[in-house]
Amino acid sequence: MSLKKTLSTAAPLTLKIIAECPVTKARACDLILPHSTVSTPVFMPVGTQGTLKGITVDQLEGLGCHVCLGNTYHLGMRPGPDLIEKANGLHGFMNWKRNLLTDSGGFQMVSLVELSEVTEEGVKFKSPYDGKEILLTPEKSISIQNSLGSDIMMQLDDVVSSTVTGPRVEEAMHRSIRWLDRCIAANKHPEKQNLFAIIQGGLNAKLRKTCLDEMTKRDVPGFAVGGLSGGEEKDDFWRMVTLSTDHLPREKPRYLMGVGYAVDLVVCVALGCDMFDCVFPTRTARFGSALVPWGSLQVKQKQYAKDFQPIDPDCQCPTCKRHSRAYLHALFKSDTAAMHHVTIHNIAYQLTLMRSVRQSIVDGRFPDFIRTFMKRMFPSPDQYPSWAVDALTSVNVTLD
Amino acid sequence: MAGNRLKLELTRVVQGKSRLGIIKGLGRKGQHSLEVPGCLLYTHFGTVPHLTQDTLHTLNSLPSITQVTLSTIAEHQEVLEEFKDGFRAFAGLHDTVLYCSLHDPAAPCPTGYTTNKTVSVWGSGGRIELTVEKFMALQKTVQPDFYQSMADGETWQNNTSRKRVRKSVDRTLAHLDECLLVHQKVQELEGVEVFGVVEGGDILEERVRSARETAKRPVAGFCLDGLQTGSMDQTLRTQLITAVNKELPEDKPRLLQGVGRPDEVLACVEAGVDLFESFFPFQVTERGCALCFNFDISADPERAGTAPPEVLEQNKEGDPEGEAQHNGDISVEDQTQMTSFEINLKDKRYHDDFRSLVEGCGCYCCMNHQRAYVHHLLVTNELLAGVLLMIHNTAHYHGFFSALREALANDKLDLLKRRVLRDRGQIETKE
Repeated sequence: MSLKKTLSTAAPLTLKIIAECPVTKARACDLILPHSTVSTPVFMPVGTQGTLKGITVDQLEGLGCHVCLGNTYHLGMRPGPDLIEKANGLHGFMNWKRNLLTDSGGFQMVSLVELSEVTEEGVKFKSPYDGKEILLTPEKSISIQNSLGSDIMMQLDDVVSSTVTGPRVEEAMHRSIRWLDRCIAANKHPEKQNLFAIIQGGLNAKLRKTCLDEMTKRDVPGFAVGGLSGGEEKDDFWRMVTLSTDHLPREKPRYLMGVGYAVDLVVCVALGCDMFDCVFPTRTARFGSALVPWGSLQVKQKQYAKDFQPIDPDCQCPTCKRHSRAYLHALFKSDTAAMHHVTIHNIAYQLTLMRSVRQSIVDGRFPDFIRTFMKRMFPSPDQYPSWAVDALTSVNVTLD
Repeated sequence: MAGNRLKLELTRVVQGKSRLGIIKGLGRKGQHSLEVPGCLLYTHFGTVPHLTQDTLHTLNSLPSITQVTLSTIAEHQEVLEEFKDGFRAFAGLHDTVLYCSLHDPAAPCPTGYTTNKTVSVWGSGGRIELTVEKFMALQKTVQPDFYQSMADGETWQNNTSRKRVRKSVDRTLAHLDECLLVHQKVQELEGVEVFGVVEGGDILEERVRSARETAKRPVAGFCLDGLQTGSMDQTLRTQLITAVNKELPEDKPRLLQGVGRPDEVLACVEAGVDLFESFFPFQVTERGCALCFNFDISADPERAGTAPPEVLEQNKEGDPEGEAQHNGDISVEDQTQMTSFEINLKDKRYHDDFRSLVEGCGCYCCMNHQRAYVHHLLVTNELLAGVLLMIHNTAHYHGFFSALREALANDKLDLLKRRVLRDRGQIETKE
């Protein structure tokens, strides 16, 4: 244990716990990363190809974002790691001065499964761009991420869809542990790039526990909970999350991958997660869906054509301060800037939500925050999703 | 016309025709002004394409006049009527003069839909037919500071008959008279100015007749229509504009519609045009290109003697498409083709080019990003490509107009022309 601590401080990451909720497992931390300090709990917007969907880096900074994602798979294909390295890493290439997290490229095994084959060596992809076969090994993934120069890199894991059961899940879990060791060994920049392990094990508590036991023996700067958020039952989902946080070390950050719906965020913070990412808020924005404290608002729907209030009258984002639902509704017919307006609003919504969550933890009133949040989100308590009620009950929060 | 406060004050006229001056008394309260030669701010429904207020305001010295078109507004008439406070407030625009024209200069509309009593505009939902009554009802809800009078401009195609051209002049004058009649009775339009539209196709006598008749009406300025890029060559355009301008009063601005290419802008300024629409940078953006032409007329002889490297390098591209626009026998589609004033950032050669789009350019894009990055954004179809290119192209284009005014003020128009046209010359010689 003492050895672990010494090594952790050598990692280019420090986690300062600012406050812990006395009721739930929630905590508010300062995550000090090479490019800036991130206040957690944090939502990290996804900038797949080295850009956040029509938003400039100055706008993203202006919204208070301190860490966003890039996708190793996509960036490795185009423009390629060599070019990005020449551009002083992804930071230099996209001119983003704050932190970046890159995934391993492994998630595409699930999303592009017909194009891939997994062996002990790695994952074989067929490039969707030129049909060439590419082998993504743990070493290759880390090598690309080293070229990208992200502040947080993710290990290559053997991703199995969360709806798959049977021996394949166990095999993938064990393989993910072996690949973690190969990733740790392959990291050329442990002094400036953090490598996070990803807990696998599907929806099987025993497998999850085995994975947790093994991976927490390794001295990695942080942990992610993976293999969830892929269409599994929410009842299974939250149980796997809480099991993971129960066994993850308190002094290291916990990243729940692929989670971004407001209710999921609030509940999973209560279960002890610090970091989240999801394409949903930015993707849905481009279809005209604006996130609001009472759910979402489809700007393109006819009912907003003559609605002259902002998306959310209480929102302080640049979009809500200047434009009405009616104008955005009409602009969707004329120009792509309409998408940018809603994207900005949605990022602002996610970041503001997480800032409020954090403040309530710091103030020691997180359980009250949850109750108020749920009341606003759902028209009546009988519409609260049962999994959320159960999950919150498990951390001593009863909803009225 | 309550007052006709809008007025062009000329500070100098170079070689008898090129006009340098300032339009004063713009806006309902007359508090705005615009230097000419100048351009309007091109928008889609009040939004500069791709840009939000944040990204737009990275640009300094934006034109004080924003252009909106009825083609995007007409389908939202009911909404604006209910809103009541005019388009400017509806679009979240604040301190700007609003000019409302009929068609989007970057989206030429199909012909064959005008009648004696109507013109048609094309919005996202298809064609909307406008009578003078509907046209004026729209102006009443838009509440611009000035607007283009209703006009039949369907004469830009080749081989338009003399009869058709004459009809377009007659109709446009009739529309103007009707518009003015209604205008006087509408309280909401008090203090709003009207620009009359000069038609006449490529027939000199009709152009002169149209100009002469329009100038007799109480209009604040003139739109020169049917002379757009693709409708005729520049020699003919220059002849027609020169003839038209002889008929127009000195103190009223002349806005040329549908012309945006720097070489054509220069020629048209020499023929006495004051105002242009700025759809050209948008078209350049849409084809994934960046404006890079040189308009540096600074006194430094060393700098003046050498074009920036990107301009020279561009010749290697030897883009033949851009050169296809020399004779009169061309179609409007040519507007979407690359010109020699830009570089194509989709081109593979920019894959690892870590220079800014134009070295020395002070726009947000050039200050923060490199060609390789914009190339990547274009190749991956990322939305930010349009944002960054639009910022750069708008900045570059407005910079060109600023240089143009400086050149007129300091007798350097010939130098500016040599700078701007040089690349074209070289390509032409090479071919």
